[in-house]
Amino acid sequence: MAKAIRDVYGETLKKYGETNENIVVLDADVSSSTKSAVFGKAYPDRFYNCGISEYAMMGIAAGMAKSGKIPFVNTFAVFLTTLGSLAARTFMSYSGLPIKMMGGYGGLSDAFDGATHHALEDIAMMRTLPNIQVLVASDAQITDWMVKYAIETPEPMYIRLSRDAAPDCHPADAKFEIGKGMVVKEGTDVAIIACGLMVSTALTAAEQLAAKGINAKVVDMYSIKPIDAELIVECAKCGAIVTAEEHSVIGGLGGAVAEVLAKEGCAVPTEMVGMMDRHGESGPYKSLLKKYGLDADAVAAAAEKAVSRK
Amino acid sequence: MIQDDVGLDDYKSIKEKRTIKMTNEKKQELDALCLHFRRTLIDILHQKQTGHPGGSLSVCEILTDLYFNDANITPENFGDRSRDKIVLCKGHAAPMLYLNLAEKGFFPKEALYTLRDIDSILQGHPCSKETPGVEASTGPLGAGYPLALGVALADMHDGIDAYTYAILGDGEINEGVVWETCMNASKFKADHLISILDWNGVQLDGTNAEIMPMGDVELKFKAFGYNTIVCDGHDVSAISAAIEVAKTVKGVPSIILAKTVKGKGISFMEGKNTWHGAPIKDEFYEIAVKELGGVQ
Repeated sequence: MAKAIRDVYGETLKKYGETNENIVVLDADVSSSTKSAVFGKAYPDRFYNCGISEYAMMGIAAGMAKSGKIPFVNTFAVFLTTLGSLAARTFMSYSGLPIKMMGGYGGLSDAFDGATHHALEDIAMMRTLPNIQVLVASDAQITDWMVKYAIETPEPMYIRLSRDAAPDCHPADAKFEIGKGMVVKEGTDVAIIACGLMVSTALTAAEQLAAKGINAKVVDMYSIKPIDAELIVECAKCGAIVTAEEHSVIGGLGGAVAEVLAKEGCAVPTEMVGMMDRHGESGPYKSLLKKYGLDADAVAAAAEKAVSRK
Repeated sequence: MIQDDVGLDDYKSIKEKRTIKMTNEKKQELDALCLHFRRTLIDILHQKQTGHPGGSLSVCEILTDLYFNDANITPENFGDRSRDKIVLCKGHAAPMLYLNLAEKGFFPKEALYTLRDIDSILQGHPCSKETPGVEASTGPLGAGYPLALGVALADMHDGIDAYTYAILGDGEINEGVVWETCMNASKFKADHLISILDWNGVQLDGTNAEIMPMGDVELKFKAFGYNTIVCDGHDVSAISAAIEVAKTVKGVPSIILAKTVKGKGISFMEGKNTWHGAPIKDEFYEIAVKELGGVQ
């Protein structure tokens, strides 16, 4: 049963907050949207609503992290990674303070609010900062793991969440690991490397491709940094690759995969599905995904194109 | 009230409020340390031909009083959260911070002359990973202030009765994040966050009045919910008195507006924005050394 990632996140944070007193949660006046309010209601003495002061919120989190706390910092991904970027660079990246930046409403998921509220460059921005791990949640189960991993690992990290429901794409006994991707469907003709909600979209595309006789492998590359180079090299053996992300085609998952392919000398025909260096607009989420080429049809078309280039 | 005519009445009233007067011996000891720091600072910056003299000289008494009188920080207790904390938000005054830390024994004094060298533990701006005793990596102005608040809030949550001192520059308070932090400090009643403004009236490109007039700075902080105390920032006993008063105020954050002179102690640097970060040439070095009564 698919659950909205933000709801899973709020409940998960509350669940782990019960047993770990060091967890503190900060939000910038959007806690009912990010669902950090679920934690706030349960543990008000460890919840800091900083008002609409994202930069200060990140700095406050740095001071708390320095004092041994495990701060989860919440707001929309687009604001967190822009207004919070100097603090992220100075205190997380340079100083190593283990802040957990939780980017809510990743990609186009804040659909109706329009281009100002879409997060389409966050992965690229965070990925360039040394020492910061970058993770993207694709379903309920992996969201739970990411929160648990963030609590247990004293490293700075950026975790991109989503407003919306994602179909479950991992088996209940799946074991996740930092620096690893997960093959969610085996295939031999083309490898679709996706992250976030695009993983379930890629699975739908794989069904369409199967009907056309193309056997697609689908990978959830939930750990964008560090990235699973070994798995990417393995994917290249299909002879064609598609990357799929709700993010600019510049510098995100597609860029990270291309870097590995080039460096390992195993480049194969590659198509990138993502925002084509442009901004979005207001509209229903599904309509936006269709218009901007981020739905299953677009992924399947990209896969066919990649295969045709072999 | 503008920065040029503040403070002395307030300062007198603080002196009257004091319960523990700094002894003459203590004052002489701190003043001697300050002179020693100024001499060494000029010697290092002359030798390196890089680094910020102006703001280092203005913050000298503030840092020296904290490290050698008011704040409970030593190399031995540095790993203990119950100690006080000092965040130099105006990170470009790093040389004066390093002089204090070396004197406290956080690292050998010989390291001071490696300032800004390749492979040195002493970066151009404070680096908490490289330099023993540095609380936080600062330099991007404003960024250190919310960090200081976060430390104070964590202590408050855990019932730790320690003070966090945040030292701000008056150019630094142009930054919006400073005021975001003020809102948060007031909201969360951070009465163990004691901020100190190094109020020298001059920033990099010119005076505060020329570059970004801040109007009534004291009233601004009051409007953000702060208890404000004005004092002479080059009188260690006045700084200490202001800190003592700040500690008596409960439920709201305090800021000490310490009136200082940029480049204090060296006549041709005083009040001059051109000495914010200029290299000290030989002819100026000779004059500076003479004014400070020699090099130690």
